[in-house]
Amino acid sequence: MTTPNELNLGKRERLRLFTDSAMAVAFTLAGWLAILFILLIFVFTFKESLGIFTDHEIQKEANLHKFFVEEIPEATTMIDRYIWQPVSDIPKMSFIPLLLGTLKATFVGLLFACPVGVAAALFSSEFAPPRMREILKPAVELLAGIPSVVLGFFALLVLATWLQTLFGFTYRLNAYNAGIALGIAILPVIFTITEDGLAAVPRSYRDASLAVGATRFQTAMSVVLPAASPAVFAALVLGFGRAIGETMILLMAGGNAAISSFSLNDPLRTLSATIAAELGEVVFGDAHYSALFFMGTLLFIITFVSNTIGQMVIARMQRRMRGT
Amino acid sequence: MSVDADSTLRNYPPKMQPASMSKRPRQVREVISVGLLAFSAFLIIAILAVILGNIAYSGIGQVSWEFLSKSPQAGLTEGGIFPAIFGTVALVILMTIAAVPFGVATAVYLHEYTPAESPRVAWNRYQSARAGEKGKLFRHFLSAVLATITRSAVANLAGVPSIVFGLFGLGFFIQFVGRGLDRATQAPGEIHWGQGNILWAALTLALLTLPTVIVATEEALRTIPSDLRAASIALGATRWETIRRIVLPGALPGILTGAILAVSRGAGEVAPILFTGAAYYLPYLPKRLTDQFMELGYHVLILSTQSPDVEATKPLLYGTVFVLLALTFLLNLAGVLIRSRTRSKMRVGG
Repeated sequence: MTTPNELNLGKRERLRLFTDSAMAVAFTLAGWLAILFILLIFVFTFKESLGIFTDHEIQKEANLHKFFVEEIPEATTMIDRYIWQPVSDIPKMSFIPLLLGTLKATFVGLLFACPVGVAAALFSSEFAPPRMREILKPAVELLAGIPSVVLGFFALLVLATWLQTLFGFTYRLNAYNAGIALGIAILPVIFTITEDGLAAVPRSYRDASLAVGATRFQTAMSVVLPAASPAVFAALVLGFGRAIGETMILLMAGGNAAISSFSLNDPLRTLSATIAAELGEVVFGDAHYSALFFMGTLLFIITFVSNTIGQMVIARMQRRMRGT
Repeated sequence: MSVDADSTLRNYPPKMQPASMSKRPRQVREVISVGLLAFSAFLIIAILAVILGNIAYSGIGQVSWEFLSKSPQAGLTEGGIFPAIFGTVALVILMTIAAVPFGVATAVYLHEYTPAESPRVAWNRYQSARAGEKGKLFRHFLSAVLATITRSAVANLAGVPSIVFGLFGLGFFIQFVGRGLDRATQAPGEIHWGQGNILWAALTLALLTLPTVIVATEEALRTIPSDLRAASIALGATRWETIRRIVLPGALPGILTGAILAVSRGAGEVAPILFTGAAYYLPYLPKRLTDQFMELGYHVLILSTQSPDVEATKPLLYGTVFVLLALTFLLNLAGVLIRSRTRSKMRVGG
């Protein structure tokens, strides 16, 4: 190999080659920045919550045992046993009511968004005439583009009233209301990923099924959908990840009451909404502050794991579909 | 068994069922089932239409020149939203300045500087290579591995909850970078950078919208035929010259789409700016990077949850939501249209 120096190049030429290698280094560094930032996000969110593991003063009020296990003594009901009340003479910091709220909202959200999203994707991919698809797909993209604060506003002012009139709920803001609004937010995720998966199913599968006499619906349900089931699973997992971290909708439409109850009729409070509602009024570095950052760390880990699983499933399915 | 065989033979040839008897229920079931699927698709469009319709119906009447050009008055129950519009625009401009160059650079790295094949394929090629080529192919393999890690980092970055970005902005930009700058440049005890301001909020948002820019740019780079790159290299251009003069100009519409979608996303996000610089109400507009700011989405949150008089603020609230939605919606529509046009052009070309 001849190096640029041995080629006896002019000054200008050497500058060109130098610029070329300098830019290659610069682009590579910019590329690695994405890796750096994902690490930094974890490190700095976790760092601010470290007090609950290391600081004895903070540990008196906030530690893992208090978050997940400890009960209020002589409490008789579930609601009294686990309480999130960080600002009081004796701070009570149980994550149980917040975890229950998060799970309830996510559950209703997925229960609403999954059937609708998957069915609409199946329709779009297998049955819709091209012109209809040209309306449906941009509509989904626009739905995805609605800011979550607007969805939260809509659920708080409009949807809650409609649902209460329709079903006569005791509380205007409850898990149904928050969950449906959340479901609207994750519908586009579920639709898009499922549709991509259905589109990846080879044509020959459908042809074979139709050739042995199945109807188009039978083909869609018992051949195409099972073949794309990894994508449906990935859509579910990624939708879950999106739902668990969603903040503004839950902050506005969830009712903001940290109650340890399994009932979907009660107002609720999620981990994300708690961070949003309380971090503004907290003393930097105290137990409450550390507890809120620990919630953030939890959310980061949960979404990181579910995103990684979802992506891996999608990548594996794509590889397999390309192979066949 | 013999009886069965007998009866089969006796009944041979089988009598054909009249077509109408077995087929009609099947067809009916088919229509109903597909109808149910169609209903789901219709439901999505209906949800979109109801939300947009409700907000447009109640909001459009509120929008007047006064509403757009005045400050909020009387405890946020009267007046306009000009400071919030100004703050939002300033915020997303700063965000774009930070996010687009880095996003484009990351996409260029991923598409132009790393091998297109998967690490597994690269490893197989390394294994079966001749001794003289091993070193080069091993570097090739490493580069493929790094590209895969970067891609999954980008995808994970896109999945991080927006509230966690807010926590990160507070922990990193304000507490770490800001307080660090203060210790280095300010008198002890003075806080200049170590609190929420428009710069930290914009950088936090830039991080959140980075994946949008990266994904859109990479898609645009994919549309540039590799023949063009080969021709440029064959004429003696370096790789950087090829990227600057051939690849990037060709990918410009795609990059623009990415930037527009990122702006639309950034303009609607509230959770990341909650603790990094957004303010309830400010009597002045932000002029320096260290100023706080008002923002449309945050204003919607404040009006709908902190209002002393819900009925009195309702018209203002609808007006604000309408302006915010119009802003993000128009940007989004522009992005979606540019993208679908580039895509269909690509299909014709390919």
